[in-house]
Amino acid sequence: MPTKVIGQKAIIVGASSGIGAELARQIAEGGGLVATVARRTDRLQPLADKYPERVFPFTHDVTNYAEAPEVFQKCTDALGGLDFIIYCSGVMPEVGPHEYNTEKDLAMVDVNISGAIAWLNAAATRMESTGHGSIIGIGSVAGDRGRCAQPVYNSSKAFLHTYLEALRNRLVKKGVKVVTIKPGPTESEMTQGMKGTMPVNDAAAKIINLKDRTGEHYLKLTHRIAFFIIKRIPSPIFRKLKI
Amino acid sequence: MHLSLDRLANVTGFGMTAGADGYLYRPTQVEEFHQILALAQQTGRQISLRGSGRSYGDANIGSESILLDITRFNRILDFDPTTGLIYCEAGVTLEQLWRYTLESGFWPPVVSGTMFPTLGGALGMNLHGKNAFKAGPIGNHVTEIEVLFPNGNQETLTPEHPLFHQVISTAGLLGIILRVKLKMKRISSGDLRVLPISIPNWDGQFRVFEQEREQADYMVSWIDCFGRGKSAGRGLFHAGYYTVDPSPNPITLRPEHQDLPDTILTYFPKSIVWRFLKKLNNRPGMSFVNWAKYTSSRILGNGRPHPQSLVGFSFLLDYVPNWRLAYGSSGFIQYQTFVPAEHAPRVFARQLELQQAAKLESFLGVMKRHIPDNFLFSHAVDGYSLALDFKITERNKDAVWRLAHQMNELVLLAGGRFYLAKDSTLTPEHFAQSIGMDALETYAKLKTTLDPQAILTSDLAKRLHLDPRA
Repeated sequence: MPTKVIGQKAIIVGASSGIGAELARQIAEGGGLVATVARRTDRLQPLADKYPERVFPFTHDVTNYAEAPEVFQKCTDALGGLDFIIYCSGVMPEVGPHEYNTEKDLAMVDVNISGAIAWLNAAATRMESTGHGSIIGIGSVAGDRGRCAQPVYNSSKAFLHTYLEALRNRLVKKGVKVVTIKPGPTESEMTQGMKGTMPVNDAAAKIINLKDRTGEHYLKLTHRIAFFIIKRIPSPIFRKLKI
Repeated sequence: MHLSLDRLANVTGFGMTAGADGYLYRPTQVEEFHQILALAQQTGRQISLRGSGRSYGDANIGSESILLDITRFNRILDFDPTTGLIYCEAGVTLEQLWRYTLESGFWPPVVSGTMFPTLGGALGMNLHGKNAFKAGPIGNHVTEIEVLFPNGNQETLTPEHPLFHQVISTAGLLGIILRVKLKMKRISSGDLRVLPISIPNWDGQFRVFEQEREQADYMVSWIDCFGRGKSAGRGLFHAGYYTVDPSPNPITLRPEHQDLPDTILTYFPKSIVWRFLKKLNNRPGMSFVNWAKYTSSRILGNGRPHPQSLVGFSFLLDYVPNWRLAYGSSGFIQYQTFVPAEHAPRVFARQLELQQAAKLESFLGVMKRHIPDNFLFSHAVDGYSLALDFKITERNKDAVWRLAHQMNELVLLAGGRFYLAKDSTLTPEHFAQSIGMDALETYAKLKTTLDPQAILTSDLAKRLHLDPRA
């Protein structure tokens, strides 16, 4: 049970399922205050009913990014401040090996990129002024290379990594922490049927422990080592490999 | 409608133990105050008033509220050098006041240990000084205030108006004081005659205060909180007496004569002193500093009066710039209680014993004499106050709060009071018991009529249940 969240004020964007839902649950259980943001409010309600004093649900579709600053402010009002924000919203639709579907790809860009920009820009504006807080983005090991299976998902996560790196370079000197988490496959709706996934409660507990550690983090040592190597494989060789 | 996020700022109380993010506005015109009130109404957001941020705890901060900082609303509008009546905007500081009026032979009637508070903040808290036993709080010397109420009314209140004694002292929760007329104290010299007396124990402390009470104009005593047994309550008492300068244009009234020096021991720049104090800012270090101060007080200047500038005597806290940083990043709290004269010897002695038993001695203890006043949230009693500074760390925080609650109980049993400008530890129950249900009911009624939407708030108001929205 993470104890370092007692009294802390958090926003979880994408809190209706997967890592986001589990993060919200662990923060609330650990004595923190959490604003849960998601499109599907009915999924947020049970946690809010269980901890009515500490959980504040907000309905919002991250693709409606013009609305983000206002919902963000409603969250900080409800919380009475902000210590950290975790952007968890992300989609990875199935893509066939020969499929190039722009509509599907742009829908992914909307959630994984545009929504992240809208929310994390709001958080960055606030934290640059107030000089404290953590911004945490859920990237992915998938963002480390462009692979055959998921061209746009890979690039959307690579975008997030670079965007967070830039925020980090801007904000660290203001006392703000910026954390990139690169989970591997984690049990969620996104990874149904996959093998070797990490239990979602483990992933969430690790993320909470890393929330104030500025930098990029893998959740497993094996990932850290594997991706250290994978990132350095020259492209002409990489394209011949089946990874 | 949402407020622009780039208005956000993080502010802390002076002790740096409490902080909050809010939307910062620094108006310069009365119209802007009205606009900010309207903005609060439109957005359903509350307003926290803030002057120079000298309240130690959470009275000057309000999480996610509009932080209405009055420090730019700071013009002196009129001054009559024959009567000493000064008319100014609420953001004017005590420093501005004395610099403006001293050469005409006037000094603020009441000043705190620092010259930086604004008049608005000073009246919100109704602050007192080392002359509290004669002059009472600063509100006693105000002839008029102009107040903007959250219900939209703007009124001019004189001491005869019933709201006068209610707006002053209620921590900025009933109305926004915009302008103030204050009667300055006439003086003919910028120097006081100051008498230091080394005091061996509590008995000595109470005796000297009673003995000097008639003649002295200012009285304050420093307490070494590490003194125990027969030496408990030992310290150094100072009395200040106004003096008469026969020259028609005395040099002592010039600001150059008053200004605090930039160096200590001639060569040592004061701006870095806090860094050295920080090294000593731990229990053994401060035990030594207190012992050394007491020991030297017995030898150096004991019982020998000397002249000292009003600024040097009054604003002891400004003597070491940035001294609060010596307490480290997690800050400190100030804890001041006011106890009726007949109970004070017992209560203060017991407070010291509790600190020593918990190994949480205050690094600085300051004692003063007070008289009662009739402001709604008056902190004064016919008795004494003891102010204590506690360094706060992650590790000792809970223990300090427990100690404070134990000391609160003693004060409550003795019919004592607390001071919102310095408070960090009170519970709603402790505050209610000290101030009395009548005062709280009056406050609640006034809040409903003057601020029906409960726009004015602060983190202190929320903590003590003085904000109906909380």
